[in-house]
Amino acid sequence: MEIKLTLNGKPVTASVDADKLLLDFLREQGCLSVKRGCETANCGLCTVLLDGVPVLSCSVLAARAAGHKVQTLEGLQQEAEEFVGFIADQGAEQCGFCNPGFVMNTIALLRENPHPTDAEIRAYLAGNLCRCSGYEGQLRGIRSYLDWKEGKHHG
Amino acid sequence: MLTIKNYLRPKTSQEAYDLAQKRSNVILGGMLWLKMQNRRVDTAIDLQDLGLSYIRQEEDGVHIGAMTPLRTLETSPILNELTQGVAAEAVKPIVGVQFRNCATVGGSLYGRFGFSDVLTLFLAWDAQVVLYGAGRMPLSQFVQIPRSRRDLLLEVIVPAQPVRAAYQSQRNSATDFPVLACCVMKVDGVYRCCLGARPGAARCYEDEAHILDGALTEEKAEAFAWWVSERADFGSNMRGSEAYRRLLAVTLVRRCLLALGEE
Repeated sequence: MEIKLTLNGKPVTASVDADKLLLDFLREQGCLSVKRGCETANCGLCTVLLDGVPVLSCSVLAARAAGHKVQTLEGLQQEAEEFVGFIADQGAEQCGFCNPGFVMNTIALLRENPHPTDAEIRAYLAGNLCRCSGYEGQLRGIRSYLDWKEGKHHG
Repeated sequence: MLTIKNYLRPKTSQEAYDLAQKRSNVILGGMLWLKMQNRRVDTAIDLQDLGLSYIRQEEDGVHIGAMTPLRTLETSPILNELTQGVAAEAVKPIVGVQFRNCATVGGSLYGRFGFSDVLTLFLAWDAQVVLYGAGRMPLSQFVQIPRSRRDLLLEVIVPAQPVRAAYQSQRNSATDFPVLACCVMKVDGVYRCCLGARPGAARCYEDEAHILDGALTEEKAEAFAWWVSERADFGSNMRGSEAYRRLLAVTLVRRCLLALGEE
């Protein structure tokens, strides 16, 4: 079947099987930031934005995305650049495999709630698993980014 | 492994209902549980064009469309005002935000899953469901209908008036399925205590013994919790034993009741 969607701002038309997962479709389109992790909808590695909302691309059919806007980290580099350095500064990334999913969901968090508390950050990122760290580094990184931003606006 | 031969987006409920009658076809909710199954699907029926994602207040109650994501339910000012935030509390532990953006209210209820927090919440809330074929009925009645009867769930309706509510669950780890879930609501002056993840489909217990008549006290809460625990059916699975669940029920029911009393 043929599907048409907008991928990272560009119109894409492709032929897909009915059971093609959005995850596989996106990787075939060159969006290699979208990772296959648990495949049981638990780890958040495959997070993409569907019409601006974070979803698990391992559990969405490519056909269901037809007519919608899909964004991956490849299309959100600029938005991510502002805060990923703060996460790296905390040594939060070790193997780095979970990082694209974390970054995508952090983008969604900050769009929805620009001034989250630590509890709100933890709750929003609860669906992103990291097997290297204890999550404290990611939390410290996001917190220091938010503090820096606050200081920039008030400084 | 899940394989799907065809994918369709019906434009009308009748079309979706007709397609759903074939045993090898399946209606897609959030597809999260379906994807875990080893199953060959002939036609996957996607309801996204039927306009079933909404939460709106009407005279006879609050109507929640079957395709409403759990995350929308969690963040709904209408539902959380009616339940003092308990609607959000019930679904927040379900995996993560991305998962709850995919999972739908209709998919969660139609599956009548034994582990369901959503079913536990809505049964306690005395919700009604609207099916395209069978029409409107209490959710408690729908839960008893055999899964072999194929229908199309259109919406869920909860009472329009505020309810006193509390939700508690026990999980072996955060974001896991519950070992046991408990929701207690006071709807129209009647206490409705619902236990989910028993591990069978959630069931509701009312105060037939009138233990809770009059002002709620710690002693009454304790007595009612034991009364429910003795009557409820529990089972064992990898998350917990029947005996553990029975004891856990006493604690969760008592805590829910006392939380209601504090409001």
